[in-house]
Amino acid sequence: MIESNLPALQVVVPLLAAPFCAMFRKGPGAWFIALAANWAAFAIAVALLLRVSDGSILSYMMGGWPAPLGIEYRIDIVNAFVLLVVSGIGAVIIPYARLSIAIEIAEDRQAWFYTMYLLCLAGLLGVTITGDAFNIFVFLEISSLSSYVMIAMGRDRRALTASYQYLIMGTIGATFIVIGIGLLWTLTGTLNLLDLAQRIRVIENAPGVLSALAFLAVGISLKLALFPLHLWLPNAYAYAPSVASAFLAGTATKVAIYLFLRFFFTVFGGSAWFDASPVAEIFLVLSLAAMFAASTVAIFQNDVKRMLAYSSVAQIGYITLGISLASETALTGSIVHIFNHALMKAGLFLLVGGIVYRLRLFKIEDLAGIGRKMPLTMAGFTILGLSMLGTPGTVGFIGKWYLGLAAIEAGYWWLVILIVASSLLTLVYMGRVVEVAYFREPSPAVAQLREAPLSMLIPAWLLVVGSVWFGFDTEATVGFASRAAAALVAGVF
Amino acid sequence: MEAIVSDINYWVTIFLMVAGLYIVVARGNMIKKLVGLSVFQTSVYLLYILPGKILGGTAPIVDPAYTVYSNPLPHVLILTAIVVGVATLALGLALVVRINEAYGSIEEDEVHVQDLEE
Repeated sequence: MIESNLPALQVVVPLLAAPFCAMFRKGPGAWFIALAANWAAFAIAVALLLRVSDGSILSYMMGGWPAPLGIEYRIDIVNAFVLLVVSGIGAVIIPYARLSIAIEIAEDRQAWFYTMYLLCLAGLLGVTITGDAFNIFVFLEISSLSSYVMIAMGRDRRALTASYQYLIMGTIGATFIVIGIGLLWTLTGTLNLLDLAQRIRVIENAPGVLSALAFLAVGISLKLALFPLHLWLPNAYAYAPSVASAFLAGTATKVAIYLFLRFFFTVFGGSAWFDASPVAEIFLVLSLAAMFAASTVAIFQNDVKRMLAYSSVAQIGYITLGISLASETALTGSIVHIFNHALMKAGLFLLVGGIVYRLRLFKIEDLAGIGRKMPLTMAGFTILGLSMLGTPGTVGFIGKWYLGLAAIEAGYWWLVILIVASSLLTLVYMGRVVEVAYFREPSPAVAQLREAPLSMLIPAWLLVVGSVWFGFDTEATVGFASRAAAALVAGVF
Repeated sequence: MEAIVSDINYWVTIFLMVAGLYIVVARGNMIKKLVGLSVFQTSVYLLYILPGKILGGTAPIVDPAYTVYSNPLPHVLILTAIVVGVATLALGLALVVRINEAYGSIEEDEVHVQDLEE
């Protein structure tokens, strides 16, 4: 009974747990419910991934209404992998959340934070799991609205303007997506993604299809923060509570990338179609711009979280670069980097959250000598920094390696040079923090610090260890990613 | 001219869409921006509902007496979209209230100046 309803439970568990969180005013009750719901969602995601890992496809009819009229949840290896990333990152972050939230958010609002967190999780999982185009829009708005609230809960008043800005741009993006879906629906009369994919191949080059494609491309690019549509991201990540920054940086943009892959490869039909459209060239140029421009801006940031946010824009550039090359190797690189970047960036934001717990407000200069006072935090930061750089033996290397291979396959030697060159920019901004932390005398404020509490260090270090582990043992991650890439290139669903 | 008259509903939709988006971009007042956003979203409701309407069509009633009926699906979808739109607008307005409390202004450039001073 439960087993056959796993796809529905994946979304329903966090969705139903959210209002229960809101019932608590004080105490750890809300946190405990969030923890239980998130871990349950993770267990379900693991079970689903194991079931589809042999290449089979799981189809679930919501309420027993047969597709294409009813809403279908359709799980193949691609979205099972993304479900695992989203719920997995959440499962690591949530034990960390209790102390971090306790210090960053007023006590009477903490329960609301966990409510919004669970709604956001349910929305992101829903976008990923559903096989219905309009359902995607609804879940996307659930996750977006709840993330606006989470961001607005930051301590600084700039969190409010960041949230407002994100709300405006996010809503424009979502509306573009819904216009695209509406045009597709007008042309084909169906909202089921599988049905849509079959019918669209008949009317392939109708002008309506092309305009739908354009609206979807712009809308999803806004959501995934493709340069130059990334303007909402730096402030949102910088001023949000640490837990929200880590969660959103690890999952929200990744789900948008999944959405892009799903529409452009599965619905519009495999890589052959993608190659013929101008989207690939546009993406190539914008990805390169993201890799260089965002990394350069990151170098000049004084706020660590803002710097990490710009670095996210640059890292998304690597993922979209793989999409623009559209070969199986390139998509393997992109998908594996979705997982790897989620590990690294969530880990970095968690470690910075640990410093926030001890030091409250700080700029990079204020971290002088902190490596001696918070050795575990800074050691983790350094390892993840090396991973961001793409050092062999860390996860950051794997994605870039496959991207490089794909570039050579496609005959773009210059692209390999650009990937390496942009990594050097990463060295500059990550190196700056490490230099300040280890090679300067501690200031009086830093000299009094202690190491971050264990319940915050352990989740963060879990991600640090993971980012080294999966840098050596690539069999599982690359295995899943390459099978997902093969399914996408072939356009099977 | 005839093309405009026969597709007047689509022209209205496109006008609302572009006008809404223009307000969001061109205005610095945060409330006006939200109004523009709302107009933009509303235009999409029309985009969905228009193709579902058939002149002379009834509601989908299973009865031999009725043969031509309008597609009910867009109405259902747009009902959901309206709820989403209302939630977005409400949250946006709530944020503007909080911004006004924190900054004493809801003009984007004035708020920005205060941010730079920090």
